[in-house]
Amino acid sequence: MNKYGFFAYLLVMALVTYLVRMIPLVLVKKRIKNKFLLSFLHYIPYAVLSAMTIPAIFYSTSDNISAWAGFLVAVVLAYLEKSLLTVAVGACVMVFIVQIIR
Amino acid sequence: MKKNTFLKGIIDGLPICFGYLSVAFAFGIFAVENGLTTLQALLISMTNVTSAGQLAAVPIIAGGGTLIELALTQLVINLRYSLMSVSLSQKMKKSVGFLDKLIIAFVNTDEVFAVASGQKGRVGKSYLYGLIITPYLGWSAGTLLGAVAGDILPSIVISSLGIAIYAMFVAIVVPPMKKSKPTALCVLVSVILSCMFRYVPFLNKVPSGFTIIICAAIASALFAVLAPVEEEEDDE
Repeated sequence: MNKYGFFAYLLVMALVTYLVRMIPLVLVKKRIKNKFLLSFLHYIPYAVLSAMTIPAIFYSTSDNISAWAGFLVAVVLAYLEKSLLTVAVGACVMVFIVQIIR
Repeated sequence: MKKNTFLKGIIDGLPICFGYLSVAFAFGIFAVENGLTTLQALLISMTNVTSAGQLAAVPIIAGGGTLIELALTQLVINLRYSLMSVSLSQKMKKSVGFLDKLIIAFVNTDEVFAVASGQKGRVGKSYLYGLIITPYLGWSAGTLLGAVAGDILPSIVISSLGIAIYAMFVAIVVPPMKKSKPTALCVLVSVILSCMFRYVPFLNKVPSGFTIIICAAIASALFAVLAPVEEEEDDE
């Protein structure tokens, strides 16, 4: 860390991360009319989140089995359209229970 | 500011805050384990607000990597936020001003974006401000707690909290899959691609920041062609 000092690192990473978020949000002002682009942007959030979740969720706890149990609880609760908090707590409790049993 | 939409934003942000507490907690432990101080870990969280990027940055900073390496890593891992910001720009009411955008962009995380995207119609600034406040506090506080008191909670509890953030993603993605078959199939394609990048030899060498962009872009482009959506009604 001695080479630059911590604050040089902090500044660089914060700046890159912020610009990546800020520039498109500020520059894209017009309503996009292009049907392909609109559709693409409609699907993006679901595609991003699902790619981030699977398979990473199966490695998010200390063992595969509790993670699968938590995942299944989350899917069922989500299918029943429970709130985000309910789904998250339900999955955590399930993982906790399975880890205690094992 | 409209009080009731602000309050709705706060309420919708709470599960994100809850999820962030555990992830940031883990980040705090990780950062201190790698030789950063508690204050450094907290400053990173307060100025970056991004889980994957921060996790990748810690070893580079601790190991004395170059600034170019750090910048490129952040750019690649966080590039997905550009897509999200473009998408969010289409979702916001026209009344959201320049200064508001500068502030909202700072906390446009995966989860904040996902919740904002899930709202019916366009979102205004009072909702967005409400939405970002508690996740930001949760992210900062969680990092501090993790760095200071990583060993207060038994590891079994920390391990149980690790799934919270992913369970929230499931809660966001599954309901729209019920209502729209193309969305369900798009998710399926994205998941299959994502698994390929994890398990198929050679493909699993691609850095994770890249794979998320690749999976999402391919799946979304495919379904934008196969099943274009009707334009959302303007409600401003």
